[in-house]
Order: sequence, then C-alpha cells, then structure tokens
Amino acid sequence: MKQQQFEKRYGDDWQRFRQLLEQLEKPKSSLQPADYQRFGHLYRRVCQFQSLARERRYSSHLVDQLGDLVLRGHRQLYRRRRGIRFGLLLFTLVEFPAVVRQQQRYFWLSALLLFGPALLFFAAIQWQPDLIYTLLPPSRVDDFEMMYDPGNEVLGAARESETNLYMFGYYIQNNISVAFRTFASGLLLGVGSLIILVFNGLLFGGVAGHLSNLGYYHTFFPFVIGHGSFELIAIVIAGAAGLKLGYSLLAPGNATRLESLKSAGRVAVKLIYGVILMLLVAAFLEAFWSSNASLRPAVKYTVGGLLWALVIIWLARSGRGPRRQGAPLSGETV
Amino acid sequence: MLSLLTINTPLDILNSRRRAQQGRLGTLMLDTLHSVETPESVALPLRPASVLPRILAFSIDFLIRSLVFALLSVALNWTGQMGWGLLLIIYFFLEWFYPVYFEVWKDGMTPGKKYLGLRVVHDDGTPVSLSGSLLRNLLRVADFLPVGYAAGVISSICNREFKRLGDLVAGTIVVYESDPLTAPQLTSQGKKAVPADFSTDEQKALLAFAERSPQLSDERQQELARVLQPLLNSRDPVLTIKQMANSLVGH
Repeated sequence: MKQQQFEKRYGDDWQRFRQLLEQLEKPKSSLQPADYQRFGHLYRRVCQFQSLARERRYSSHLVDQLGDLVLRGHRQLYRRRRGIRFGLLLFTLVEFPAVVRQQQRYFWLSALLLFGPALLFFAAIQWQPDLIYTLLPPSRVDDFEMMYDPGNEVLGAARESETNLYMFGYYIQNNISVAFRTFASGLLLGVGSLIILVFNGLLFGGVAGHLSNLGYYHTFFPFVIGHGSFELIAIVIAGAAGLKLGYSLLAPGNATRLESLKSAGRVAVKLIYGVILMLLVAAFLEAFWSSNASLRPAVKYTVGGLLWALVIIWLARSGRGPRRQGAPLSGETV
Repeated sequence: MLSLLTINTPLDILNSRRRAQQGRLGTLMLDTLHSVETPESVALPLRPASVLPRILAFSIDFLIRSLVFALLSVALNWTGQMGWGLLLIIYFFLEWFYPVYFEVWKDGMTPGKKYLGLRVVHDDGTPVSLSGSLLRNLLRVADFLPVGYAAGVISSICNREFKRLGDLVAGTIVVYESDPLTAPQLTSQGKKAVPADFSTDEQKALLAFAERSPQLSDERQQELARVLQPLLNSRDPVLTIKQMANSLVGH
C-alpha cells in the first residue's frame, strides 16, 4: 500500500484519536463513557499504524506524527491512579491499619528500638540522676525543667508562645520532618532509622526520668499522654517503614536488590501517608489540648488513656471483617 | 535535544550502511536513549537527563522556594506569633511538598525542570504518581548524605538512567521533554521519490539535511551531499536530497 492510500484510508482514525487525546490532556475533560471505550480501541490501532508506517518505510514525518500520538496515548492509558486508592476515609479506616498489621515485624522491631532505650534510660536515671548530662548539655536540661515547671500556665515548649497556632506550626514542621528523616535514612541498610529511633528513645526516657526525679510528673505526664499516642506510634511506624527499606536491601530474597527495594518502597509509602495523618492529629492535640494547664491532670489522664486505646484498637482491629466461625480471614495463612 | 548523536548527515547514512554490511549494529554507543517497550510492542524513546541539568533545575527551584519564603516572611512579619506559626507550616510545605505538587499536578515538571526541559516520569514512561513522587522526594534525605547530595550524585553517575537513590526506590526517571513536533520548513521546489530501501532513520537524515541547509554554505552542502552520490546517481545531489525531503513531508 502506498503512503497516500494509507493516509487516506486510516487518516480519520488518528484524527479522531488526536481529538480524544486533546480532550484527555485538559485538566477537566468532558468525555463520556463511550469515548473512553473508543480510546482504547483507537489507541491500539494507532500503535499498529505506527509500526506499519515504520516497517513500510513511509515518510519519517508520518512515522514521527504517529509516534507522538502513541507516546501521548500511552501516558493517558497507563497513568497510575493519582491518589490513595479508595479515598482518604477508607484508607484511614481500612487500608492503613491493614498495612501496619501486615508489616508488624518491622513495627515491633521499631517499637523495641524506640521504647527499649527509653525504658532503660528512664530506669537508669532513677538510679543515677546525673546520667542525663551524658546525653544533654546542662542548658538543654534547664530548658526542659523550665518547660514543665508546675508554676507555668502553659506547658511544654509552648510556655513562651502567645498563641497555640504558632506551636501547631512548629510541631508540624518539626515532628513530621523528624518522621520523614527517620524513614528516609532507613535506606542506609536501616542504620539511619535505627540511630534516630534509639536516640529519640534515649531522649524521651532521659527527660521523663529527669523530670520525675524533680517531682514534675504532674505536669510532664499529663502533657505527653494526650498526643503521645499518635506521635510516638507515628514515629514507630515511620521507623518501621525505614527498617523495611533497609532490610529489603540486606535480604532481597528471590528478587534483585533493586526490585526488592522498589516493592518495599511501594509498601513504605503507604505507611508514610498514615504517619503524616497521625502526626497532623498529634500536632493539633499537642498545640491545643496538651499545653492547656487549666485542665486537671485527672481529665488529661482519662482523655489520654482513651486516645491510646483508640490508637491501639484502630491499628489492631480496624478494617478487619467480622470473624466467621471456622472461616480463616482472607490474607491469613492457614 | 540530543538528536545530534543520532544519524543525521549523509555521511552517517553511508557509515551506517557500511556498519550494517559488516554485520555490526548501526547504533551509536554514546547515545543515552533508553527505550521502553509498551504492551503494544511499541518502543517509547526516553532520554534520561544527566546530573548537570538536574543540579541546575534544583538550583532554580531552590531560588524560587527561598524567594517565596522570604517574601512571605516579610508579609507575615507584622502578624506576630500567629503569622510565624503559619510561616513554619509554609516552610514545611516548601521543603517537602513543593516538588511533589508540581510533579504530580503539573505534568512532572517543577518550574526549574520546566525551564530546562526536564520531566519526571515512571520507568515505563507514564506520568509520575503521588506515591512515586512522594517517595522520591522524601528520599532526598538519603541522597543528601553525607553532605551536599553526594550520595545522589554518585548514584546518578553509576547507572545508565542517571537515577539518584530516590529514583531507584520510587522507580522514576528524569527525562528530557521531547520537543513538540513541528512541520519542517523546507525551501526548495519539486519532489523526487526516495529510494525504497531507505530506513526511517535514513529518511530523517535526508530531512535534517534539507532543514539545516540554510545554515550551511553552498560548498559545505555540496561536500556533504556528494558523499551520497554513489547511492543517488544524480547530477545535482544537493537538489536531489532536498526534493526527496519535500516528498517525505508532502502528501
């Protein structure tokens, strides 16, 4: 077939395809379901035309034109879903807790790396109070003492700020950045995450131990219990995501290291979406609830305890279907 | 943009034929072309961008981010603590989500990348997703280590697609945006059929010659065209090639 005949016979097809593409490439396309069906059909035809045109050595200009249509069609047809798969609510209630449970090996390891050093250092400081100075310079220790002085009207780092909104911004910027770094440094065979987790564990245990020694526990613990559930568990999950990256490099199993890393990345990023959500909640609580010194500790302990229970039940149970008698849950190995 | 490396002078046609006759592939080793095969068995050409243009793009983006932050901090200064809280949130978004926003919702191009004609896509040439973009941008932390993006630069020059660590994990690649297709501007008159055994690349070489001829002196045009004389057998090889180019574009 001569090129002219070819263009005459099939030119309409790629013109129609081009029109569909131009519609799709707009931010808001006005296409009907029928158009989408035509798109797939026309795309395959244009691919075929391009191969034919090249094989039959039609003019390079025509081959390039068709090649451009194929490239743009490919971008539209194979584009990945833009956001989280089932929308934010379903992700929060179903997918995220399920992923955390699926990755619980890393979760528990990460929790151990954060809370283990925290408890040990807490105990060590009860026994030898000066140990806090091995971790922090005296000026920082003084800062922490001032933050939780029972005479304050506002607790925590918010002591000097006029508005809670400022602290809200501060907690978002600081805490989420820490979580991101905890995750990303896991790429170094997990060592980065490990160091950040252990250091933060020591810091938390050390400060808690030191303030308890001073008798400030009526200010410190009511302050941290409210947002602690969301904040600490979020850091644990960010650490778990980092450890997963590191482990996928160390022990890739049957895949190549690169493939193993990529599939770990796909899971880890879901964990990170959840971490961002949790830390937003934590920042809100920390800025507007925890720092409020006018509430009685009993109220704070109750609400804080309820929040811990909420987080634990959410991560452990949410998204599981009702267990039927004798029937194993989907996804569980029998 | 890198088409200089593909076949596009009459001399290249002769060389590629010679190589083909000797049974060697006519591809050039220097070419960075990375082609992806689609499920429809079409090869999509991707041209990975190397370290230098990416550093330039990053610097431009960094300048823009700093400028936005500086302007906003002046603007919000008088609002006191509340404004500072807002400023911290803005700083957070500029630091982590500025590239993500542009890569996902603005066709894979941050302003800096757009200026340099770069685009972020997945390995298979499809537009980058939110997950892919978030992953590659969070892992800039690892690329930054130990100082000044050293790990990222080393990683980029150690693989064929110039991927930094974040790109490796997210399965993304930074490519040159292909130039929009324009009809070639040809000046000479007349048409002449191209011999049937000229491949697409060779036809492109003829077209490129015709397109560029206004930039070449007459002597240089003749010198280049004469190389093809054994294949063309014409009295005026320059005109013959231009006429062949006309027939390639015209219908």
